[in-house]
Amino acid sequence: MSLRVVIAEDLHLLREGLVHLLEAHGLHVASAVESGPELLKALVELRPDVAVVDVRLPPTFTDEGLQAALAARRAVPGLPVLVLSQHVEQLYARELLADGTGAVGYLLKDRVFNAEQFVDAVRRVAAGGTAMDPEVIAKLLASTARHQPLAALTPREREVLELMAEGRSNSAISQRLFLSESAVGKHTAGIFAKLGLAPSDDDNRRVLAVLAYLNAARG
Amino acid sequence: MRTYVTAVGKALALGALGVADVALVALVLVTVVPMFGTGMIFLFPPIVWLIRSRTRLARKLAGTWLGTEVPVPYLPPPPPARPQPDGWYRHERQLYKTPRWPDWHNRWKWMFSDPATWRDTLWLCLNPLAAGVLLLPLAAPVGFLTAPWHPITLFAVAAAVALPWSLRGYAWWTRLLLSPTAKSVLAGRIQRLDRIRLEAADFQAAELRRIERDLHDGAQARLVAMGMTLGAIEELVDRDPAAAKALLSKVREASSAALTELRDLVRGIHPPVLAERGLGDAVRALALDSPLKATVTVDLTTRPESPVESAAYFSISELLTNAARHGGANHVWIDISTHDRALRVTVTDDGCGGADPSRGSGLRGIERRLAAFGGVLAISSPPGGPTTVTFDLPDALREADLVRPPLPRRKAVVVALGWGLGWLPLFPQGLVVMVMKINGVKEGFSWFLALYLPEPWQWPLIIFNIALGVCLYVAAMGIPIQHSYRCMAQTAWAHLELGR
Repeated sequence: MSLRVVIAEDLHLLREGLVHLLEAHGLHVASAVESGPELLKALVELRPDVAVVDVRLPPTFTDEGLQAALAARRAVPGLPVLVLSQHVEQLYARELLADGTGAVGYLLKDRVFNAEQFVDAVRRVAAGGTAMDPEVIAKLLASTARHQPLAALTPREREVLELMAEGRSNSAISQRLFLSESAVGKHTAGIFAKLGLAPSDDDNRRVLAVLAYLNAARG
Repeated sequence: MRTYVTAVGKALALGALGVADVALVALVLVTVVPMFGTGMIFLFPPIVWLIRSRTRLARKLAGTWLGTEVPVPYLPPPPPARPQPDGWYRHERQLYKTPRWPDWHNRWKWMFSDPATWRDTLWLCLNPLAAGVLLLPLAAPVGFLTAPWHPITLFAVAAAVALPWSLRGYAWWTRLLLSPTAKSVLAGRIQRLDRIRLEAADFQAAELRRIERDLHDGAQARLVAMGMTLGAIEELVDRDPAAAKALLSKVREASSAALTELRDLVRGIHPPVLAERGLGDAVRALALDSPLKATVTVDLTTRPESPVESAAYFSISELLTNAARHGGANHVWIDISTHDRALRVTVTDDGCGGADPSRGSGLRGIERRLAAFGGVLAISSPPGGPTTVTFDLPDALREADLVRPPLPRRKAVVVALGWGLGWLPLFPQGLVVMVMKINGVKEGFSWFLALYLPEPWQWPLIIFNIALGVCLYVAAMGIPIQHSYRCMAQTAWAHLELGR
C-alpha cells in the first residue's frame, strides 16, 4: 500500500509541483491544502502517514504551518511531519524535536530539487525517523564547536556525526562516505563513547540522542 | 543654625563672584566699542568664550549649591567645514584653501545668532546687582556699631534674616536668564530631527543600493547563466543526451546557489524569523546561531511597530557580531524589555571591553540606524570589560497597546456618581420644576421637592438643583478627559527630556 500524504503549501505552482513529484514516486496525496486551519483539520481528520508542510501559510503568513503541525502532533502524538521552508532556523528545529517522539523532518525547499533524496526523506519521516537539513545540522555543530567533547572528535567522526544528525542510517552513511558499514559502526561507537551517550541502533533514537546532547552542551 | 551658616557662606561666595564680575563687565564693555565701532570682529569669539566660562560656573554653582539645575541653552556648534569635490572650501561666495576661515566664520555666526549669548551677557551685566542683595547682610554688623536704629541698618538686618530666601531668589534669577527658553529647546529639537531625517534617508538609499548590487551580481547573473545553459541543453539533448544530463545537474546546482544567495539577501533585508515570530524569538534564533553562549531574556507583551522591531533586531545582531569578533567574549546577555512606550535593549558581554563608537564603524552604524527612530545608544566599555550597550527606542509600542494607569478610585466614584445621579437634580428636580413654576401649576406637586417649600425658598432650590446636575455631568465628562490628557502630557515630557 502506498503512503498517504497531506500537503500544505500556499503557492499554487509549488503545491502542484509537490503533488506531481510525490505521485510520480508512488505516494498517494490524500489532500493538498493551502492554509493553516485547513491543514490542522486535514491532519487530525485524515491521519495521513506523513504530512509535508510549508512553514509560512495563510491567513497570517507567519509560522502558521509550523504551529498547525505542532498542534496536530499534540493532538496525535508521533504524527509524522516533514516541514519545508525557504530558510532554516535552529529555533524551529528544536521546537519540532522537543517532544522527543521523532517522526519529524525539517528541510529547505531547495532539497525538493533532488527528487530521490527528497522522497527518501519523506519515507524516512513516515517510518518514524528524522530528516534534518544539513544546514540546520551545520548551524547546530558550528554553535557548539567550541565545546570540549565535540572538539575531541576526529574529522571523520565529525562527518559521521553530521550525517547521523540528519537522520541517516549506518548503511546510508557508509554509502555517502564510501566506507564499509563496519567502519561506520566503529566510528559511531567512537562518537557515542566520546560524547558519553548510550549506543543504540535505532536511527531515530540516535538523532534524538545527538540533538539532545547538542542542546545540553549549549546550556 | 548650621544650614544658616552654610547659607551665609554660599551667599558670601556668590556675592564675591558677583563683585568680581564688575571687572568682567568692564572688559566686555571696553571690547564692545572697538568690536562694533572699528570692526575688530576677531575679538568677539574670545569674549563670548569668556562669558560662557563664567556662566558655565554660575550654572554649576546653581546646581550644586542652590539645588536648582540650570540646563545648558546653547545651540549645537556648527559641523566642521567640508571641502568641495575640487578640494576648496566654500564660504558664501568665497573659496578658501584651508578650512580655517570657513570654520571661523561659521563659529562666529553660530555665537552671534544664538540668543543664549545675549541672555548670558545680560545676566552678566545685571549679576553684580543681584550679588549685591546677597552681600547686604554684611552691612548689618557695621550698622550696629555705628547707628543701630538707622533705616539702612534695619533693612540690612532684615536681609540677613531673609538670607535663605534671597539665595532662592538668586537661583531663580540665574535660571530665568541662563536656562534654555522653550524656543531654543524647540530649535535644538528641530535641528536634531533634521539631521536624523537626513541620515535616515542616506541610510535607506545606501541599503537600496546594496540590495540592487547584490541582486545584480548574484541571483540575476546566475539566472542569466542558467538560461544560457538551458539553451545549450536544448541543442545537445538529441545529439548527446549524456552531456545534456550533466549540464542539467549543473543548472540544478546553479539554481540552488541562486536560492542560497537570495536567502542571504532576504535575511539582510528582513529576516523571515522576525516576520514570523517577532523580536523575541528572532533574537533567540540569533543567539542560537551565534558562536557565543547567549542568554536571552525577553519581557514583551505586544509586538512593537515593525520598522522599530527590525531596527532593534539588526542592532542586536551587529552587537553580537562585535562581541564575538572584537570583544573576545564568551558569554553575552541580551535583555529586551519595555519601559512605558519605549523599547529598551541591553546587551552585555564578558569580553575585553574598550569599544569606542568613534573608531568602529559598526557602533556608528547602529547609532545611525537607531537615530531614525529617535533611539539613543549608551555604551559602557572600560578597558578589560565588561561591555554593556543599552539602547532605548521611544514610541516603539503602539499607543493602543499601552496600559494607562487607571483612574484613582476616588475620581472613579465621582465619575460614576455623575453619570448615575446627574439626571436627578437636573431634570425632575430642576428643569421640570422650573417649567411648572413658570406655568404657575398649583396642584399635583407629587415628588417635586421644591414646590413643597415656602415660596421664597423655591427658586433658590431650583437653581441649586440645576447647577448641581450640570456640575455632576461636567465632572463625569471632564475627569476622564483630564486624566488621559495628563498621561499624554507625561509621555510628551519624557520625549522632550530624551530629546535633549
